[in-house]
Amino acid sequence: MTPLDGDIAHLLAGSLVLVSFLLLYQDRMFALLNFFAMHACVLAFSVGWQAYLQRAPHLFITALIALLFKGMIIPVALHRIVVRLGIHRTIETVVSIGPTMLFGMALVALSVVVMLPVTQSSGAFVREDLAFALSVVLLGFLMMVTRRNAVSQVIGFMSLENGLVLAATGARGMPLVVEISVGFSVLIAFLVVGIFLFRIRERFDTVDLQALDMARGESA
Amino acid sequence: MMREWLTQLGQAALVLGLAPLLSGVTRKIRARLLRRQGPSIVQPFRDLLKLIRKETVIAENASWLFRAAPYVVFGTTWVAAALVPTFATGLTLSASADLIVIVALLGTARFLLALAGLDVGTSFGGIGSSREMMFASLAEPAMLMAVFTLSLFAGSTELSSISAYMLGPHGGLSISLALALVALVIVSLGENARIPVDNPATHLELTMVHEAMILEYSGRHLAVIEAAASLKLLLYLSLIACVFIPWGTAPSTDGTLAYAIGLGAYAVKLAVLGFLLVVFETAIAKMRVFRVPEFLGVALMLGLLGTIMLFVSRISR
Repeated sequence: MTPLDGDIAHLLAGSLVLVSFLLLYQDRMFALLNFFAMHACVLAFSVGWQAYLQRAPHLFITALIALLFKGMIIPVALHRIVVRLGIHRTIETVVSIGPTMLFGMALVALSVVVMLPVTQSSGAFVREDLAFALSVVLLGFLMMVTRRNAVSQVIGFMSLENGLVLAATGARGMPLVVEISVGFSVLIAFLVVGIFLFRIRERFDTVDLQALDMARGESA
Repeated sequence: MMREWLTQLGQAALVLGLAPLLSGVTRKIRARLLRRQGPSIVQPFRDLLKLIRKETVIAENASWLFRAAPYVVFGTTWVAAALVPTFATGLTLSASADLIVIVALLGTARFLLALAGLDVGTSFGGIGSSREMMFASLAEPAMLMAVFTLSLFAGSTELSSISAYMLGPHGGLSISLALALVALVIVSLGENARIPVDNPATHLELTMVHEAMILEYSGRHLAVIEAAASLKLLLYLSLIACVFIPWGTAPSTDGTLAYAIGLGAYAVKLAVLGFLLVVFETAIAKMRVFRVPEFLGVALMLGLLGTIMLFVSRISR
């Protein structure tokens, strides 16, 4: 593996963290969906590059799944759901962007500090990949915590799953069976969530999840 | 030794002569992109000459600071611009003056201009100064983070060494460099009052920042401030060219031919960067003043992220 190969792997994995930050920054629905598609595409490129580096053909299938399902089908479907729910014009009240970003930076720093000492015996790229993957996962969590709209929480969940795929790729790839089943479970989770979105809206006339808190009797 | 001094002095003269020309070229390209004829590219020189010949009107309650500030602003900006290697590396002063000195010189200029804006006591000057300071509180840390990323990458804060390192075998693709580049571009848009942040060609009171601060200036004071503003634009473009597209810059050991190539390469780089700047400016609209801190905050965040990622790749190798 030449230094340039390593640099490209580093570049792609780092871009995934960057796109996670861009997801946190978006406050419009369509922009959010477009950036999620970009997230999945960057993941696909990253996995594809790893497949080429590790000479592991099954990773190409992983990349293809990421590109097809998460890069195209799910964003397009979410696009339609958003239009049908009639929330494509709403600007989401993101809990002030500045502190969220700072918190995100702290999470990235945390995952670097945690991951690098733990993985001392592994190779350089595994360590880098794992550190970045953990940051993507944590940023996905952060997105789910800070957003109130159900659709953006779904996006947060999916970006979190992208981080898991990145981690699995770095660790010499996971078996294809596992990969396919994870891919399908995400798709099924997406279907369930899609149905739930409409049920929530039917019941509460909104997909703002704070309405649910009020229904449970908690203060808003 | 003699030769390094000559390069240094030649560079100082070059940036001074080239800066108004660069403004003229960008204005011309912008006009052509908007399907206007536009003024000639030497118009900024004519404007400067006209302003120098005109009478200088000074407000009654202006202090000495108001009269002194333009010259100090011009001086610091000129020195800072002369410190960035343009066509040749190996300048005399580059050992004692690194990137952090350049940031500090620009900070001094900004501080004095803000003070001068407040000095006369008009409301426009005050609003301009307060907004400038609000932007600066984010732009300066962002610039410093980008500088830190670059110097950690190259192992030096000196621009000549950074440029040489990028040309060497260790320079290469890195996400940190890309992040530092984007951060630097955002900072330079903000610092030079270019379009998404401020419009250099407007005098609409509600939106102006830089123009509001210098509203009270006229005659030769205004000429000096305008010259300093165009030098600052040249400085940022040269900085980006020097670090991210270092090809063609003459090393300190080569002969006259290398200097000629360096000059040609520098002219091409400036033209390309200026063109990209103008295309970017025509493609987007100016943002609200209260959106600007978010925009500059992105630069700060990118710089920070770049440093963290550099840390990861350094530790893990």
